[in-house]
Amino acid sequence: MAWNKKDLLGLEYLTAEEINLILDTAESFKEVSSREIKKVPALRGKTAVNLFYEPSTRTRVSFEVAAKRLSADVINIATETSSVRKGETLIDTGRNIQALKADIIIMRHNCSGAANMLARALDISVVNAGDGWHEHPTQALLDIFTLKEKLGKIEGLNITIVGDIAHSRVARSNIWGLTKLGAKVTVCAPEILLPLEIEKTGVKCASNIDEALKNADAVNVLRMQFERDLGAAFPEQLEYYKKYGITEERLAKAKKNIIVMHPGPINRGIEMSSEVADGANSVILEQVTNGIAVRMAVLFLVSQAKEIKA
Amino acid sequence: MSILIKNGRVIDPANKIDDILDILIEGNKIAQVAKNIKIAAKNVIDAQNKIIAPGIIDMHVHLREPGREDNETVATATAAAASGGVTTVLAMPNTNPAMDTAQNVELLKGIIKQSAKINVLICGTITKNRFGQELSDFGALKKSGVIALSDDGASVDNDVLMLEALEKAQSLNLLTICHAEDKVLAAKGVMNLGFNSTRLGLRGISNASEFERVARDITLAGKTKAALHIAHVSCRQSVLAIAQAKQQGWRVTCETAPHYFALSDDNLLGYDTNMKMNPPLRSKIDVAAIKQGLKDGVIDVIASDHAPHTEHEKDIEFERAQFGVIGLETELAVSITELIASGLLSWKRVIELLSLNPARVLGLDKGSLSVGKIADLIVISPEDQWRVEKNKIISKSKNCAFLGKNLVGRVDYTICDGKIVYQK
Amino acid sequence: MKEKAKILDQDAINRAIMRIAHEIIEKNKGTAALCLVGIRNRGVYIAQRLANCIEKIEGQAVVAGALDITLYRDDLALASGQPLVRKTEIDFDINNKNLILVDDVLYTGRTIRAALDALIDFGRPQSIQLAVLVDRGHRELPIRADFVGKNIPTSLKETVEVRLLESDGVDEVLIVEKD
Repeated sequence: MAWNKKDLLGLEYLTAEEINLILDTAESFKEVSSREIKKVPALRGKTAVNLFYEPSTRTRVSFEVAAKRLSADVINIATETSSVRKGETLIDTGRNIQALKADIIIMRHNCSGAANMLARALDISVVNAGDGWHEHPTQALLDIFTLKEKLGKIEGLNITIVGDIAHSRVARSNIWGLTKLGAKVTVCAPEILLPLEIEKTGVKCASNIDEALKNADAVNVLRMQFERDLGAAFPEQLEYYKKYGITEERLAKAKKNIIVMHPGPINRGIEMSSEVADGANSVILEQVTNGIAVRMAVLFLVSQAKEIKA
Repeated sequence: MSILIKNGRVIDPANKIDDILDILIEGNKIAQVAKNIKIAAKNVIDAQNKIIAPGIIDMHVHLREPGREDNETVATATAAAASGGVTTVLAMPNTNPAMDTAQNVELLKGIIKQSAKINVLICGTITKNRFGQELSDFGALKKSGVIALSDDGASVDNDVLMLEALEKAQSLNLLTICHAEDKVLAAKGVMNLGFNSTRLGLRGISNASEFERVARDITLAGKTKAALHIAHVSCRQSVLAIAQAKQQGWRVTCETAPHYFALSDDNLLGYDTNMKMNPPLRSKIDVAAIKQGLKDGVIDVIASDHAPHTEHEKDIEFERAQFGVIGLETELAVSITELIASGLLSWKRVIELLSLNPARVLGLDKGSLSVGKIADLIVISPEDQWRVEKNKIISKSKNCAFLGKNLVGRVDYTICDGKIVYQK
Repeated sequence: MKEKAKILDQDAINRAIMRIAHEIIEKNKGTAALCLVGIRNRGVYIAQRLANCIEKIEGQAVVAGALDITLYRDDLALASGQPLVRKTEIDFDINNKNLILVDDVLYTGRTIRAALDALIDFGRPQSIQLAVLVDRGHRELPIRADFVGKNIPTSLKETVEVRLLESDGVDEVLIVEKD
């Protein structure tokens, strides 16, 4: 199985074999971070550009660490400091970065499809670090990597995703990735936060969290973004916590070893209680560690694919 | 000046003609339609294996002039139209300034006189500046030559104002063209609401945002006995509502655009902004309903909704890109490819949809090949295959939804007002 | 690919490994501070076999690790196929050890160069010695083996194929000719 895509845009566009190749490669890369000298020369002389149109610390830093552990040079561009403010179009910005002879653009953008558009316009690799409500493939890959590490496999697992599914790129990427690898996925949210016809992806919908947790091997808890303007029907914070918050009482009724995940940053007391976030079932910090390995694998694979094409 | 077109298959639905005939044009009029015309003409066109039909009357075109000459001008749009077999267009009034006063209409008439290669008719606005607040002076607009009214690009949200508009239009015998869109229901959407909008993570536009407004305007048209034309119908519920209005005997007609029967929201899966228009490309179920409506007569007209946008308005993030696509150069070929070559409709029916029916809706003495009429006609190679290529587009803007597609049927000659305005 | 000759069979391979084990013990005066690291894939199996032999001879267990050098290759950008990144497993301290680097075939020396780079990232061994089952010549770098199972002169048109029970179900070394 060889990787032949210059870009990583979303898990919807990958086969199960391609997803597994990333996960297997990530497993090899995880060892690098455990060394005294956490660096390999695989991307020596390559330049990765973090192009972030949305504020994000953890994803940007995770990519930066991953690129640096591969010996790539990393340049960070944030919209506040770039000519984006001067009205330059996304494609112009991309072409300029390409003209600087960078090799990989890692982009976070608030518009769905921005990464697809940039990838089409450029010859260099584009890695989607989250676009609008569309996809956040490396987050889902690290979620799946963590699950596989903990439970040994993905096929046949019952995974529940709870939270604002409609406006979540993390949810979409997880749904594509998990269903392709044979997991049974349940999404749980107030009706208004479930996107239309989401069942067509092969997931089950639930509005009752206790039902959704009943047989779950793992629950992935999405960040609620109450600051977003989503209209009057959006639930109140406290009410949301009462109905959907993950608490120890709720977990007591679920499988004993249920794994609790969260892409971060956590809103304690809204999505889950502090006890759960810091408890024995939580793998939240391991997700962060695994994020490095997964992103190293992605950066390595896309840069190799480009060489093969050339 | 005389032109003799020989041995073509003449399809003229108005006169129920479908036969191999010659057509003689003298001056700007059709002088004879007969077998084996034996008169020497200055210009002889061999139309063997070709189709001769009345020129296309496209009743939904955005010329962009005055105001957005960077997108399109009367000169470039009419040149593009001629190459697509279009001999008459109705210019939508959302220009800058908008066609809301006689003075502005006179300005546009001046430009048309100077640079139009085909017939350009003018649509006036319903409300001043298309703001939906205050009615334009319909009487003055009519006097200056406007043949229909529309706030296209927007709908008149105020029910009472729309009722008043239809009453006034009725008293002046003016057609009102409705852009059916409830902006509240459209909810800032950028594509059709459905599984594909879920997949792409884009805000969706429901069918309801269209058909609820169609239903309102139909009801008002029934009440006022005014002539109402629904622009760019895209969804099944609208077709159903219009069918019911027609059964009531109300003066309601409607059009659809080629992209609504040739494409669906599946075409958006790569975030191609040339697939972004308003109303949006709908689901396959809606596409089937549009085709059925074209077949059984509920839909009267095919119009392009030619909406040019510059590259920098289109080649950006999908959510931020402008709505709209060009269509003058492809509407005939897309109709032939999707409706005739597929076996759904006859040539006669498609010529009706593109020429005879829009003439009737607009009350024009056009759309036929009767002797004595102004010679607006086209010669088509019905089986000629071609590929839509960006660098061959004549329109100033290249935002075409059919780029790279292979189409069947090509225009050889476009004759407008007795003159050859396009030759392949 | 055409098979030209079988150079080593199972017995010959076993004898060669046993002899190298003796030589390693002799040169390092026992097993104190000794460790083995095999280069993926087949070097790992040979290292494991060497460790077993040394333990049999000396009655002392010797640790053996696995090293994947993909990320250190100097031809990553040129690789025609896509290199698969596999796991490195060196779960012991290599500082101040006498480290025996093990591979199946020594050819241009570039793999060993990459392995040396990788090992340096793990620590500072007292010495690094190289053991290979086959040395086929054609070096492109100033590298030589300390322990060699068999020297096999080859032409550039030929390749040496090592097959081991652990990975291929059979123990043999062949010379094959590229078409």
